[in-house]
Amino acid sequence: MIAAPKRTDIHPKERRMILKHADDPSYDTSVDCYIEHGGYETLKKALTLKPEDVHDHVMKAGIRGRGGAGFPAGMKWKFLDRKSGKPIYLICNADESEPGTFKDRQIMHKDPHQLIEGMMIAAYATNTAKAFIYIREEMPHGAVILEQAIEEARAKGFVGDKIGGSDYSCDIVVHRGAAAYICGEETGLIESLEGKRAYPRIKPPYFPAALGLYMCPTIVNNVETLCHVVHAVSMGGEEYAKIGTPNNSGTRIWSLSGHVQRPGYYELENGKHTYGDLIYEIGGGLKPGRQLLAVIPGGSSSKVWRAGERFKGKDRGGNEYDWAIEDVPLNFDGPMTAGSMSGSGAVIVVDDSVDIVDVLANINAFYAHESCGQCTPCREGSLWMKKITSRMTSGHARPEDVDLLASIGDQIAGRTICAHGEACAWPTQSFVAKFRDKFLERAERQAASGSGDIRLI
Amino acid sequence: MAFEPSQPLRDYTEKVIPRYPQKRSAIMMILHAIQREQGYISLEAQEWVAAQVEIEPIQVREVVTFYPFYREHPVGKKYIRVCRTLSCALNGGYKVCDKFLSEFGTKLNETSPDGRVTVEFAECLAACGTAPVAMIDDDLYENLTEEQVKELCDAIKRDVPEQAPAPSAESTHH
Repeated sequence: MIAAPKRTDIHPKERRMILKHADDPSYDTSVDCYIEHGGYETLKKALTLKPEDVHDHVMKAGIRGRGGAGFPAGMKWKFLDRKSGKPIYLICNADESEPGTFKDRQIMHKDPHQLIEGMMIAAYATNTAKAFIYIREEMPHGAVILEQAIEEARAKGFVGDKIGGSDYSCDIVVHRGAAAYICGEETGLIESLEGKRAYPRIKPPYFPAALGLYMCPTIVNNVETLCHVVHAVSMGGEEYAKIGTPNNSGTRIWSLSGHVQRPGYYELENGKHTYGDLIYEIGGGLKPGRQLLAVIPGGSSSKVWRAGERFKGKDRGGNEYDWAIEDVPLNFDGPMTAGSMSGSGAVIVVDDSVDIVDVLANINAFYAHESCGQCTPCREGSLWMKKITSRMTSGHARPEDVDLLASIGDQIAGRTICAHGEACAWPTQSFVAKFRDKFLERAERQAASGSGDIRLI
Repeated sequence: MAFEPSQPLRDYTEKVIPRYPQKRSAIMMILHAIQREQGYISLEAQEWVAAQVEIEPIQVREVVTFYPFYREHPVGKKYIRVCRTLSCALNGGYKVCDKFLSEFGTKLNETSPDGRVTVEFAECLAACGTAPVAMIDDDLYENLTEEQVKELCDAIKRDVPEQAPAPSAESTHH
């Protein structure tokens, strides 16, 4: 087995909470090592509290989902249908598959017990009957590490029957996906876990909190989110909420990739830094002699920012803002204010060594490949967008392609069962809107890609 | 020809089904075990899986044909997946793929003439900070350069004996 490499260059601006021990060379994935570092103490503490008090800590902590939507975890739990009398299920979404994202990989490969402890605390707080970890197929070693960690935790009484000597019992099952992006969508994931094609379900009525796995109330939380539960309960919800900034509490692991000198994962206090800090200071900036072309702020489905653009207006608090990309706060709300989203925390930096049409063609190929095929607008539209941008990169771009692409995107978003419709439309809509001149120029040049050093399609 | 499950596969299946509240949920894990053992999932194997979880064979096939990782045909001895998605592409992922292909004199999604490898593109492998990356079977290789790819290919040529290429080399999902 090839161990996940440890990072030795932890940036001084980082505030490591979730990844506190992950890159310590002497830290391993055994339960003994975790316990030596104070592990499972929070679960023991939680078991002395009433489940609703544990839930209250998570509410007060204001933990927002780290998987993409940024929805408050405590609120998600509150929606659970407890009157139905059906068993409650907890699913950890470990399908980490939004292009640009590689943070959950670090947690699962380097500190699996933190996730397990978070899951058991969440399970106790919600009276979960059984918990699952849905891990993507492309992390086979991660699945083995998790299974082994669960086995060890079970032997110590932290998972399974009568955990920590309490009356509460809950087991965790590791389930492996099979390379389908759509399984990161919670209702698609649930279908997949039921042994079916991962066709997302329509909401309403199929909100997992009411009609989830086997039509039972179900919580689906991301890996990083569940780890934050440990810290919220350990330090108390109110104390936890002091970390970060209002409505953006805690830390967040940002995945930085693309054309930067020091790509990698960086855990930062929410809202205390900007995209400029991440890209230029922490990430080492662009490669020598290169200019910034674009920033994709929250996974490849988030709307793109063009270098040099400014975001002006009044935020919800009535405060005026006038930001360059570099000024946008690195938290949940900042990128939304700037017309995009933080998504899964995946920042992809693109410099001027590549053509923007090629970048979109690469992204469109991804979303066309990953459409589940259930809804016509997404199945057909994602393929059309892929074909058009591919053709544009092969030297056959037409001026009318710009409006055609925009029109296809507009006809997908909002017309599908799940958010894959938006995920595939937003890149095209935003690229075409922000780089209209570059797309038109491509039509004028009629140039095929591939002359440069780097191919994207 | 009927599918004859090995004893380890029978044992695994017996163990994995009761983990789930409903039998059908175990399909994907059983399919993984079959593909690991056999290299692919034949129609006969799918019928066997259907019988184990008490559903129709077509319901198993729906799953096999939906998920890109499952295949109904054999592939080369080593299964190579090069990440194609943006962060890897921005850092030379396509070049990495070309290098694997040229080293084995093969084409994308095909098994090499020596039967040693099948090279495919994969979508985002969630290791974008160390782009470009590729997986060879279960192992992830990061920060790949063309030189490193050559070394990996040399190691495969050294360690994996030549064999007749699989009869139907193309995998199911392209």
